[in-house]
Amino acid sequence: MSLSVPARDWCKPPMGAEKLWVGLALLWCFVMSLMMPYWHFRGKQNSRGEAYSVKPMDFFQRTEKFVAANKVGERGGIPIVEPAPGGDAYLVARMWNWYPLLKLRQGETYRLHLSSLDLQHGFSLQPLNMNFQVMPGYDHVLTLTPTSKGEFTVVCNEFCGIGHDKMFGKIFVE
Amino acid sequence: MSTTATATFPTAPDPSDRALTRKCDTTGLNVCLEAERFIKFNAVCAVVFLLIGGIAAILLALTRWQTIHLLRVDWFYRVLTLHGLNMLIFWILFFEVAVLYFACTTPLNARLFSGKVAWAGFGQMLIGALMVNYIILKGQADVLMTSYLPLLAHPLFYLGIILVATGTLTGVFNFFATLYVAKRDRTYEGSMPLVTFGATSAAIIAVVTLLHGAIVMIPTFTFSMGWTPQPDAMWYRLIWWGLGHQSQQVNVCAMVAIWYLVGQLTTGAKPLNEAVCRTAFMLYVLFINIASAHHLLVDPGVGASWKIWNTSYGMYLAVLASMIHGFTVPASVELAMREKGHDKGLFGWVAALPWRNPAFSGAVLSVLIFGFIGGITGVTLGTQQINIIAHNTLRITGHFHATVVGGTTLAFMALTYYVIPLMFRRDFIWPSAARLQPWLFGLGILFVSLGMSFAGSMGVPRRIYDIDQSGAYGPAAHLMLGVIGIGAICAVIGLLLFAVLCVGTLLFGERNHGRPMADWGVAQPLTGGRVGSLAHDHWAVKGTVVLTAVFLTCFAVYYFANWKALADVWPVR
Repeated sequence: MSLSVPARDWCKPPMGAEKLWVGLALLWCFVMSLMMPYWHFRGKQNSRGEAYSVKPMDFFQRTEKFVAANKVGERGGIPIVEPAPGGDAYLVARMWNWYPLLKLRQGETYRLHLSSLDLQHGFSLQPLNMNFQVMPGYDHVLTLTPTSKGEFTVVCNEFCGIGHDKMFGKIFVE
Repeated sequence: MSTTATATFPTAPDPSDRALTRKCDTTGLNVCLEAERFIKFNAVCAVVFLLIGGIAAILLALTRWQTIHLLRVDWFYRVLTLHGLNMLIFWILFFEVAVLYFACTTPLNARLFSGKVAWAGFGQMLIGALMVNYIILKGQADVLMTSYLPLLAHPLFYLGIILVATGTLTGVFNFFATLYVAKRDRTYEGSMPLVTFGATSAAIIAVVTLLHGAIVMIPTFTFSMGWTPQPDAMWYRLIWWGLGHQSQQVNVCAMVAIWYLVGQLTTGAKPLNEAVCRTAFMLYVLFINIASAHHLLVDPGVGASWKIWNTSYGMYLAVLASMIHGFTVPASVELAMREKGHDKGLFGWVAALPWRNPAFSGAVLSVLIFGFIGGITGVTLGTQQINIIAHNTLRITGHFHATVVGGTTLAFMALTYYVIPLMFRRDFIWPSAARLQPWLFGLGILFVSLGMSFAGSMGVPRRIYDIDQSGAYGPAAHLMLGVIGIGAICAVIGLLLFAVLCVGTLLFGERNHGRPMADWGVAQPLTGGRVGSLAHDHWAVKGTVVLTAVFLTCFAVYYFANWKALADVWPVR
């Protein structure tokens, strides 16, 4: 009984059905343990956490340089910026918008730099549902390859104050 | 005292102890009166905080249901903070201290180490919890339960949480001291019972958890007072989740211990193999804490190897432990039923189970919801790469409402149907409503969890006031938010019913001093049934074998379906 002292000889190996289950469960745990390293080397979607220390104001200045050099349009007062293929793109998260809007080309790879000027924010690309954390003081670099065309919305999914639900940006892929 | 396979309950207490213990009229076990007093205080506080969290829950669900959108934006985030802290921390910790005080006394025929220490712990916890609730309602801590820096709350918020942590640690100390004295004074012979062993695992993990809490909250408190600079925001995330997730692992140990306890009380079940169950608890203690890393899987600054090793609980050994309990708990019940003579086919024993017993039905629902929904989604979402398509969406809340609410909270509610008659010594009022309550709550939470999981799969964020501002979500997402709303209405009615039953029983329930408690119904033996008759048949539990095979199949299907869904998004690294 689980409420009373067990028999003196309680230390016995499992038998029968219980032993089979422990074996099956252990096997399943091995399979799952192998999946993550496998995908790290052979899969295309990974989160390596590549990051660099950066002061928010320095990140903002790098972003402004990026915008000035690559601006191709504007929507609602926010610049639309097209980085060079294979190059660096910058995205600032701040209360309460994503700056700038980005225009990317399908099939090209970019190094997307994400950082925050104030609180923690959440980069959530819809409708793909790709999600990454954006932190002040950290330049979080994603090596990203858009493989589909369209207009994608960047929603913020880390609580960042009263304007949190109004914070969204855009990525256009052609 | 017998220590053979048919171990009996401990003998009567020493006459000189008569004023400090009493003999339970239902089980014949000795109850330490000091422990009983604090079980009662903690249980009452637990239910009060559950009620606060539950009222917050329905307000939140009716706000996320966009059509209703009940609260104003500032109150939404305020109530969300209230809900998280009262449910995940206060309700659960107060109940767990009650469980600890029971587990170190009655099963060991021991007396609580110190009433003064118990008062000190209880006082800190209560003052801390009241402080936190006060400052939240005053609008000076709109930071959500995680209070992620650089968000900043009033210093009383952090101080209150620190007090709850130190108060709980004080109760845990009392628990360990009681265990030590019981062993030293040989109040029991041999190894401690499994329920106490489970509680000890919970207590060990709790110490590690609460130390993390102190390490993260103290510098944050001093920062909020303006005495020290701001701790780094990533450092805060890392250490906070050492408090945040590990506290939930304490809940898992407590919940599993309760599953065994309720199994015994309602069907006479005993573990098939004590060594297997105890090893599983030890695996929890060794490995469960490192998996807090699964909150940082898409974070900058922590690398892939760190993420992969830690989120896997070190090759999933703690998941193995849960899967073991997932077999041994139903297997022990099935064996007990078959030995009683309910031996027909694979699942004939299921019909003869005491379904009208709310402790039993609550425990069964807890096992099924925790295992099938909570466990499977948790391991999958905690996979480093799959987290990319889940982080900060409602998939996460869908997972933990299945584990903490459908699993732990429902198990605690189930146990309460014995705690009140046995500790408070009053039989429940309105038993017909009590029999219904676990189903109402369990099914409600099931729909909350499923609605959240589907909405999250469509990218709906958690912790957000309004999904229409971005224009990124369509009718299906709105439908799921409605499903959450309906599920929440059902679950909160179940919660309110639970509160009414508890409070009503404490005020008006018939006292059962001097006689056994009113029987909820336990599994009845057929003629010819004999305890221990299947002790050497190691393949007797065929029903459980089928159940766990179905579980493993569901797990594999869900797991690989998620890898496929991940493969469909843009390449990223």
